Amino acid sequence: MRLLIGIPAFNEANTIGDVLKTIPKKIRGTGKIDILVVDDGSTDKTSQISHTYGAIVLRHLINRGLGGALKTILTYAKNKKYELLVTLDADGQHNPKDIPTIVKFLYGGNVDVVITTRWKKLPPVTFSRFLVNWFANFITYILFGVWTTDSQSGFRGFTKKAIERINIQSDGMEVSSEFFKEIHKNHLRFIEIPIQAIYTKYSRQKGQKLTNSFHVLLQLFVRLLK
Amino acid sequence: MSVTLTQFVLSIFLFFALSRTFLRLRSGELSLIGFFFWSAIFSLAIIIVLFPELTSFVASPLGIGRGADVVVYVSIALLFYLVFRLYIFLEDIRHEITKLVQQIALQNDTKKSKK
Repeated sequence: MRLLIGIPAFNEANTIGDVLKTIPKKIRGTGKIDILVVDDGSTDKTSQISHTYGAIVLRHLINRGLGGALKTILTYAKNKKYELLVTLDADGQHNPKDIPTIVKFLYGGNVDVVITTRWKKLPPVTFSRFLVNWFANFITYILFGVWTTDSQSGFRGFTKKAIERINIQSDGMEVSSEFFKEIHKNHLRFIEIPIQAIYTKYSRQKGQKLTNSFHVLLQLFVRLLK
Repeated sequence: MSVTLTQFVLSIFLFFALSRTFLRLRSGELSLIGFFFWSAIFSLAIIIVLFPELTSFVASPLGIGRGADVVVYVSIALLFYLVFRLYIFLEDIRHEITKLVQQIALQNDTKKSKK
């Protein structure tokens, strides 16, 4: 089975090298592993560093947001007929050593989508981050009818069926909730698996913020009304 | 019929706006539906400015005390609707730009693979 590991990245020159370095070269149950970095209009050396580590790099000419970058990853996986896809963040908060666990569940054939959750192994986070996540989970449930403990997780796995069926529209951070809409709409089977997120000062700065929540919420409602 | 200075200035401005909708239609920048919508809005506004007492006929059946209040309520509702339409329009443009950026990125990869 061909596996694509997709990483959306925007100005992540500080961390992308370390992330790429720790991605396992061989994973049981998979054949060729390709790594795709979608550089979402970075102004630093994200693309160059990714090339150095042997990743395929697709570069957005201008910054389009997390949703835009993830859609490019999904389209690439679909066009190149990959059988498995794992996406993770470039800021170093996800441990690439968890990828084989995600693949194991996808390979088993009982699920179409694996979403990792940071909240079953309680991470050391601030109250505002806890609040943002809880609020996002609640809104995701109200809008899309799917309950999850981590609607904002960027560490996900998809089978070929999911790659072909999921059609995301959002450009920004609201894409994380939209994945659940697509899971529900396409009757995809999904499970959550607990992971331990690696929180650093850098990854904390990059994550979802309370101040951004209103914008994300507005985007989700507008998408429903359209 | 005596016309106050305010009525005069407002109607001149609204006639100017009405003439622009016609010019925009002629230059192809405004669709026929858009032309009818904006012409209706500006024409109605001109009638209300010149004959404000007409609004009282609409106000009383609706249970609103003054005709001027009807104008304010309708204007606010219309403005909200237009802002919403504008927001959706901007979202669509953002979305189209994203599609374009994605296509360019994917095509660049195809070109690299062929080399």
